[in-house]
Amino acid sequence: MDDFFGIPAPLLFGQLLLGLINGAFYALLSLGLAVIFGMLNVINFTHGAQFMLGAFVAWLLLNFLGLGYWWALLLAPLIVGAFGVVLEKTMIARLYKLDHLYGLLLTFGVGLIIEGLVRNEFGSSGLPYRIPPELSGAWDLGFMFMPVYRGWVVLVALVACIATWLVIEKTKIGSYLRAATENPALVQAFGVNVPRMMTLTYGAGVALAAFAGVLAAPIYSVNPQMGSNLIIIVFAVVVIGGMGSILGSVITGFGLGIVEGLTKVFYPEASATVIFVVMAIVLLTRPAGLFGRA
Amino acid sequence: MLDKKGAEPLLKVRNLEAWYGESHALHGVSLDIHEGEVVTLLGRNGAGKTSTLRAIMGLVGRRSGSITYEGREMVGLRSDLIARSGIAYCPEERGIFASLDVTENLLLPPAVRPGGLSVDEIHTLFPNLKERARSPGTKLSGGEQQMLAIGRILRTGARLLLLDEPSEGLAPVIVQQIGKTIRELKARGFTVLLVEQNFRFAQTVADRHYVMEHGRVVETVANADLNSSLDRLHEYLGV
Repeated sequence: MDDFFGIPAPLLFGQLLLGLINGAFYALLSLGLAVIFGMLNVINFTHGAQFMLGAFVAWLLLNFLGLGYWWALLLAPLIVGAFGVVLEKTMIARLYKLDHLYGLLLTFGVGLIIEGLVRNEFGSSGLPYRIPPELSGAWDLGFMFMPVYRGWVVLVALVACIATWLVIEKTKIGSYLRAATENPALVQAFGVNVPRMMTLTYGAGVALAAFAGVLAAPIYSVNPQMGSNLIIIVFAVVVIGGMGSILGSVITGFGLGIVEGLTKVFYPEASATVIFVVMAIVLLTRPAGLFGRA
Repeated sequence: MLDKKGAEPLLKVRNLEAWYGESHALHGVSLDIHEGEVVTLLGRNGAGKTSTLRAIMGLVGRRSGSITYEGREMVGLRSDLIARSGIAYCPEERGIFASLDVTENLLLPPAVRPGGLSVDEIHTLFPNLKERARSPGTKLSGGEQQMLAIGRILRTGARLLLLDEPSEGLAPVIVQQIGKTIRELKARGFTVLLVEQNFRFAQTVADRHYVMEHGRVVETVANADLNSSLDRLHEYLGV
């Protein structure tokens, strides 16, 4: 266990782990985007700002109310999700009858406004958020040191992805969601309140982004740009996985995180662009994405 | 003769107009359906039969006039609230969901009232649905999809069923089975408003027929009088 293809094992596994961590965030964020797009047909460009808001709400809860990480993990998604519900009801819902482009422009604009307001209030240098004591430290795995918090992030992200998938594929609410994605008018004519379902779906997708934001707070510094830096890659992940595919976005998210990590080891020069190269290849060969239905 | 005098109709439609965007589909439809009746809408393509069902269900862009069900005005209600008051709809294209299996499709419409058929009773009516419970909904044959589309609205407790061309495109033996099912539903006390192009089939199930043309009801015919009215109907139906 010393080296692989001339690469020292600790370097390889270190980058693989980093890739998995990034992949966990790609998966969580693209999952929320996929759920929202499937149900509302809106490409939610506010997603990055909502992720960032999750981290800021965690910071605010800690510094103003003394509520720590575990409370933030619960409360920040609820608070930011509620904000999403208001946004959907007051603005996004008015655009369903128009072209997709309007929803995209609206959410893009709202994202910029949120980011600007946060920067105005908190500056752009970033605020520290400490790893909770229960999750600090590292495990010695023999071939490398594994920071406990990073293992936790990968695990929780996996659990959240699987739970979301189970809700959509195996529950009654999920069957309403899948049916309404296909034919909302008919589902409503069966007596289901589809407009309310769309509002709650948007709220849930936003809550998922905020949840990812809380997970990210101790790893990345809490700053206004943290969402927009990440969201560009997440949109590439969504395009590669296939718009609206739940399982596709999870697998693609983790997969591309690992691809990115390996590129850092074997050809670091390409690590910032590899995902976009993959995106270009997928778009040329399978325009609907790896898991999308054409 | 045609109306059960004295009893208030279960569904009463008056001067119903409907639009899809700019296109004016219904021009003042009036009709009555009494509890326990099976009534058909006959007419050529584009006469307004499907639009009438969709307008009752709240699935058109805009509508005016009056639709009362059990004495309650429904013309301004959203389609989910119309469904919740006890009307169920089976669309012409059947509307089976590809991402749901047969059982999920069957259980999808929420119960709106007590007294719907149980899943076992639906399986007795349509044994194929039981055998194919785990298949994706759209992998069924056309006839099985039609059975699923009808079966799933029997569970909900709705008492008025709007069926849009259930016999369309099906083999004669399946059409007979659908006909038998509709007669059985009538025997169980369901009220049915049926859109049909195939009036030979309509004749085997219905009490009464409304003939539509250009977005209006132009004629009412009791089933017993259908054969004697054939010459006149040929004009309307183009058969």
